[in-house]
Amino acid sequence: MSEHFLEVTNLQKHFPIFGGILSRPVAWVKAVDGVSFYLEQGETLGLVGESGCGKSTTGRTILRLLEPTGGSVRFKNKDLVELDRSQMRDMRRNMQMIFQDPYASLNPRMTVGNIIEEPLVIHGIGTKVDRRKKVVALLQEVGLREEHASRYPHEFSGGQRQRIGIARALAIEPELIVADEPVSALDVSIQAQVINLLQALQKRRGLTYLFVAHNLSVVEHISDRVAVMYLGKIVEIAPAKKLYAMPKHPYTRALLSAVPIPDPDVHPKRIILEGDVPSPIKAPPGCRFHPRCPVAQAEASRVQKCRSEDPPLVDIGEEQFVACHFIAEADHIFGESRTRQPGQS
Amino acid sequence: MTKDELWKPEIPDATLGAGAPPVGSHITDVKSPAPEAELGEVTLEVKNLCTYFYGEEGVGKAVDDVNFYIRRREVLGIVGESGCGKSVTSLSIMRLIPNPPGKTVRGEIIFEGRDLLKLPEDQMRKVRGNKISMIFQEPMTSLNPVFTIGDQITEGIRLHMKLGKHEARERAVEMMELVGIPASRERLDDYPHQFSGGMRQRIMIAMALACDPQLIIADEPTTALDVTIQAQILELMKKLQERLNTSIILITHDLAVIAEMAHRVNVMYAGRVVEEASSRQLFKSPKHPYTTGLLASIPRVDRHGEKLCVIKGTVPSPFNFPKGCRFINRCPLAHEKCENEEPPLIQIKEEPGHSARCWLYEDKQDASVSDEIRRKMLKAGEDMGETE
Repeated sequence: MSEHFLEVTNLQKHFPIFGGILSRPVAWVKAVDGVSFYLEQGETLGLVGESGCGKSTTGRTILRLLEPTGGSVRFKNKDLVELDRSQMRDMRRNMQMIFQDPYASLNPRMTVGNIIEEPLVIHGIGTKVDRRKKVVALLQEVGLREEHASRYPHEFSGGQRQRIGIARALAIEPELIVADEPVSALDVSIQAQVINLLQALQKRRGLTYLFVAHNLSVVEHISDRVAVMYLGKIVEIAPAKKLYAMPKHPYTRALLSAVPIPDPDVHPKRIILEGDVPSPIKAPPGCRFHPRCPVAQAEASRVQKCRSEDPPLVDIGEEQFVACHFIAEADHIFGESRTRQPGQS
Repeated sequence: MTKDELWKPEIPDATLGAGAPPVGSHITDVKSPAPEAELGEVTLEVKNLCTYFYGEEGVGKAVDDVNFYIRRREVLGIVGESGCGKSVTSLSIMRLIPNPPGKTVRGEIIFEGRDLLKLPEDQMRKVRGNKISMIFQEPMTSLNPVFTIGDQITEGIRLHMKLGKHEARERAVEMMELVGIPASRERLDDYPHQFSGGMRQRIMIAMALACDPQLIIADEPTTALDVTIQAQILELMKKLQERLNTSIILITHDLAVIAEMAHRVNVMYAGRVVEEASSRQLFKSPKHPYTTGLLASIPRVDRHGEKLCVIKGTVPSPFNFPKGCRFINRCPLAHEKCENEEPPLIQIKEEPGHSARCWLYEDKQDASVSDEIRRKMLKAGEDMGETE
C-alpha cells in the first residue's frame, strides 16, 4: 500500500500511573498521542521539541524498545507492530539506535572491540576472524584507530565514546538509524566533529536518519525535513529550510524565535511564551497549545474553537503540514515570516 | 481547583513596576545590552588568579593566571568549553573551592577596596550571598528539597539584613513577585519539587537578589532549561539588571547567550583567558584561532546549510598542559615559537579593549592575520577528512 521507506501512522504510547490499594492505573501519561509521519530512504527527519514533548519516546517506540499502545509503524511495507519477538529481532538488523549519553550507553566492563562486535555476535554474522576485521574497519570509519579495540570506554573522551556508539550502531549495516540526542552531551567543538561524521556516513552508506534533538540549530543543520512536537503531538512538519524561514504554527514560531543567535547585531523579534508546558497527564483539551498560544488568546471566539476542536495536520503546500485552526490569523499577528529589524540580514 | 483549571499554565503576574511586561505570551524585541557609556566604575577586579587542584596525577592548573575586571551595570561573559576553568573562576571569587583538593594559590580579588582572598572567613561570610551572590546551573540540585522555598529565601535575608521573621517573609514575597512567581504569598510555604524548572530558576534569582547584591555571578543559569523557558529567564535577568543596576558575571558555554546578554567577553581555554573583547568586537572579528574556530563550529538557525568548522583533537588535560601555547595541539597555524614559549595576551592596537593570547599578533595586526587564521581553521576542519 504505502511506498514510503518508513511510515508511522497514528502512533500512540501511553504510560499508566498506578495508584490506590489495588495498584490499578489511575491516570495515563499520553507521551505520544497520535503521531504520523513518513521517512524516505536516505533522508534525515529531525524531530524537535522541548523536554517531555514525547520525541524520545516516539523514537524508541518506532524501534519497539517500548511497546506502542496503538497505531502502526510500516518499515518497507511490513508492519513492525505485528511482528513477534524473534521476527522483530531479525528486523532490528535494519534499524539501530544511537543514544544520547556516551557515558551510560557503553558497558564499562567490555572492551571497545567487544562492544562493537556484540551486535554481530547476536545476529550470528561471520566467523570470529571476520568479525574482528570488521571491527577494525568500523573503528577506522568513525575516526578511531585499530589499537583502541582493546581499551575500555572510560579511557575515551565524550566525543570518542559517541564515535564508538556510532560504530556499534553501524556494525550490522542497518538502513535506518534513530539518533536520540546524539550530540547534546558534547562540547561545541566536539559536537561539530560528530555532526560532520554522521553526515559523511550518511552520504557514503545511504543511511536514513530519524534525528531526535532539542537543539533547533543542530536539527536545522542536519535535517532535510523537520517535525516539531508539543505534548505528544506533531504540530508542524516541513522541509527544514521552509520551516526555519516560514514557520506557520504559533508554537514553532515561538520556539524558533526563542533561540539566541550568536551575533550581537542581529535583533530578531522574540515571542515570549508565558508559563510552562502543561503536564501530559492533564493535557489541555482541543489544541494542546491553546492556553499559551498568543493567537488563540487574542480573541475569545478563537479560544472557544481551539479548546473544543483538536486541529488536524493540514497540508498547506510544498510538503508543509500544520496543525492550527488560525494559520492566516497567526500570519497577521506575527508577520509573514521570521521578522528581522529593517536593514539587517 | 476545578477540573477546567487543571490545565491552565502558570502565568507569572510579574510586577516589575512601571515597565511591567505584558502578562501572557507576547512579542518583544531582543535588545542589545545598554551602551558602554552608561557603565559605572570598576566593581570587582581579579588579578593573577591561580586555582590549582592537587591529585594523584599531580597538579591540575584549573585556573592559571586569570585577570579581568567588571564595572557597575556591566554584564561580563565568561565563555568556554567544559574544563576550561570558567566555573572554578567563579567559585574562587566566592571562596567556595573545596580544600583539599583545590586551593587558590595566588592572586588578588579586589572588591570594595579589599582583597577577598585575604579576608577572614567571618568577614567573607558577610560578602557571600549579600554583596556578591550566585545563581547556579541546576535549580533542581541547588535548592534544598527538605526546606520550603520561604525558608530558603528568608535565610539569607535574616542573616544579612538583620530582619525579623515577619519582615523577612514580606521581603521574600516581594522578591518572588519581582521575578514573576504567581501567587507568591501562597506559594511561600511550598517545597522546591512543587515548582517547574523555570520557576525554580526564578526562585534562585529571587534568592540571589534578595539582599541587593552589587554583583551576581550566574553560572550557566539557563543551560538546564528548555529554549522557550530560557527566553523567559534571559528577558527577566535583563529587565532586573537594568532596574537594579547590578553587575553580572555570566558564565556559559553558549556563545549565543553571550551575544545577547554581555557587554564584554572573556574566552577561556585550558585555564587561561585566550581572548578578551567587547561582545561586538568578538563576534564581528574574532582574533584567536580557538575563538575563530568555535564561532564557525556553531550551527545557526538564521543561516542554512553552511558546513561546520571542526576544531580537531581535544582539550589537553589540566595535569599536563603543553609548555608553550595551550592550544598548540589543535592549531593549524602553530609554529616553533608557539611550542617553546606561551604567548601573553597581546593588545590589538586598532581595537581598544581587544586582546588575544596568540603569537600571530605579535608583529602584524591587520585584517590579513585574522583572515589567514579563519581560512586555515576552516581548511584544517576539511583536511581532517570526513571521518576524523
